[in-house]
Amino acid sequence: MKQEYDIVVIGGGPAGLAAAVAAYDSGIKDILILEREDKTGGILNQCIHNGFGLTRFKENLSGPEYAARFIDEVEKRKIEVLTQTTVLSLTKEKEITAVNAKNGVFTISAKAVILAMGCRERSRGALNIAGSRPAGIYSAGTAQKYVNIKGYLPGKNVVILGSGDIGLIMARRMTLEGAKVHAVCEIMPYSSGLKRNIAQCLDDFGIPLYLNHTITKIEGKERVTGVVVSKVDENKKPIAGMEIHFDCDTVLFSVGLIPENELTKGAGVPLSQKTKGATVYQNRETEVSGIFACGNVLQVHDLVDFVSEEAELAGGSAAKYVKEGAKPHSAVEVVNGKNINYVLPQKIDQNIEGDVKLFFRVGGTFKNCTVKVECEGKTIIERKKRIVAPGEMETLLLKFEEIKKAQGPITVSLEADE
Amino acid sequence: MNTKNLTCIECPMGCSIEVETEGDKVISVKGNTCPRGKLYAENEIVCPRRVITSTVRAKNGVMIPVKTNAPVKKSEIFEVMKKINAVHPALPVHIGDVLLKNITENIDLVATGNFEKK
Repeated sequence: MKQEYDIVVIGGGPAGLAAAVAAYDSGIKDILILEREDKTGGILNQCIHNGFGLTRFKENLSGPEYAARFIDEVEKRKIEVLTQTTVLSLTKEKEITAVNAKNGVFTISAKAVILAMGCRERSRGALNIAGSRPAGIYSAGTAQKYVNIKGYLPGKNVVILGSGDIGLIMARRMTLEGAKVHAVCEIMPYSSGLKRNIAQCLDDFGIPLYLNHTITKIEGKERVTGVVVSKVDENKKPIAGMEIHFDCDTVLFSVGLIPENELTKGAGVPLSQKTKGATVYQNRETEVSGIFACGNVLQVHDLVDFVSEEAELAGGSAAKYVKEGAKPHSAVEVVNGKNINYVLPQKIDQNIEGDVKLFFRVGGTFKNCTVKVECEGKTIIERKKRIVAPGEMETLLLKFEEIKKAQGPITVSLEADE
Repeated sequence: MNTKNLTCIECPMGCSIEVETEGDKVISVKGNTCPRGKLYAENEIVCPRRVITSTVRAKNGVMIPVKTNAPVKKSEIFEVMKKINAVHPALPVHIGDVLLKNITENIDLVATGNFEKK
């Protein structure tokens, strides 16, 4: 087995596949993709619903169809892929230790590494809900895997906590397969899922959405037998006397995604407290030279189309790094100001030419507001927005001529007009 | 005259659309940002339709993702699901393969994943 590669991509989901193809097309052919599942495509393989690719391909594709487009491109270029291979550790020196049934435990080194491990779901444990540990409690993504990959219906009477997109999609999916979804509960006053999914996954099937409600108790010993759902006040505390009881055998959690960064941490790559992903320059290089990150391991995206775009940026940058070697950075910080949850990239390197697309999420729902980009008291960009919400990622293009001029941190902030 | 509020499902923007109707005739569509939104709203009033995505179990046991190659009547969704769940293709199956012809109204059930014979 080969011990050295120009580029090793960790993760063969949408980010890893697009990054590898972009790196190859930028002139670096010696690439290895490491994937822990038995085939590439990542989470798209179980996302059998449609709505993918509208931005990128101007077509309405299912998840597996979207993945196949990139799997085909990887195969066309004969990029090496090792499936059923789990990466155990990564070092600053870009040494990767992995394990699979054929090669055992092995270590390879790379000139550049692209992190594309994706994200995982927040679990019940993160929420502190009272009750014992009966069978019938799943994360929405686990239920999705059971139904779509394994062909099992994990329950017949379902209550879903959290109105993230996967939860909404699973409400429809389980209904189609004959289950009864009694309620979707959301602790916030608004849904974190796309509006279209409220319409086509809940409203189409008459599934009620309870905003400002959460599950306060799960009943059952061997198997879930019911849940208590409580209305919450503005501080998200349950209001006594406002409980609703549902008989059910299954509870799904769709309560957010967290980038999967154990390997990143192990390599000493600094992470952002806000995104839970690496802090990066605009070319998606982390603060460890030659280690790049893209896709949901870096920031949880709303649409896979944007994952592909980011991955191509990282892939191209990694190829450039291999060809030209490490370059000194001259960076200005990008800071999240008022009403902004995070901005990515966190650092802009003035030595890298070109405009920079800023990705950011706002801290609440605002109508008629102004997003401002400022540097040293001077406004660089001012953009009116009709409506913004934390669930929808926003972008702004920062011109290189402004980047060149910047002497201090660049701040993105949001002002409510009324 | 009646007004109905819809959420467009054609793309992730999810525009809020207001439709004015007279009986089952659409008088005006407001709030859409693109022509697809207008078409969606008009269809939604007359006869709402949805593309169905699901899975079928192949003869060897693996689950194959499928979709209807055109939207089916919303009122027929569960009938169509019954027909989908009775389909058990043999491998190999490739994207676009028709697994059941004319599931309803000349609409076909097609595969959306690639599965080779092992």
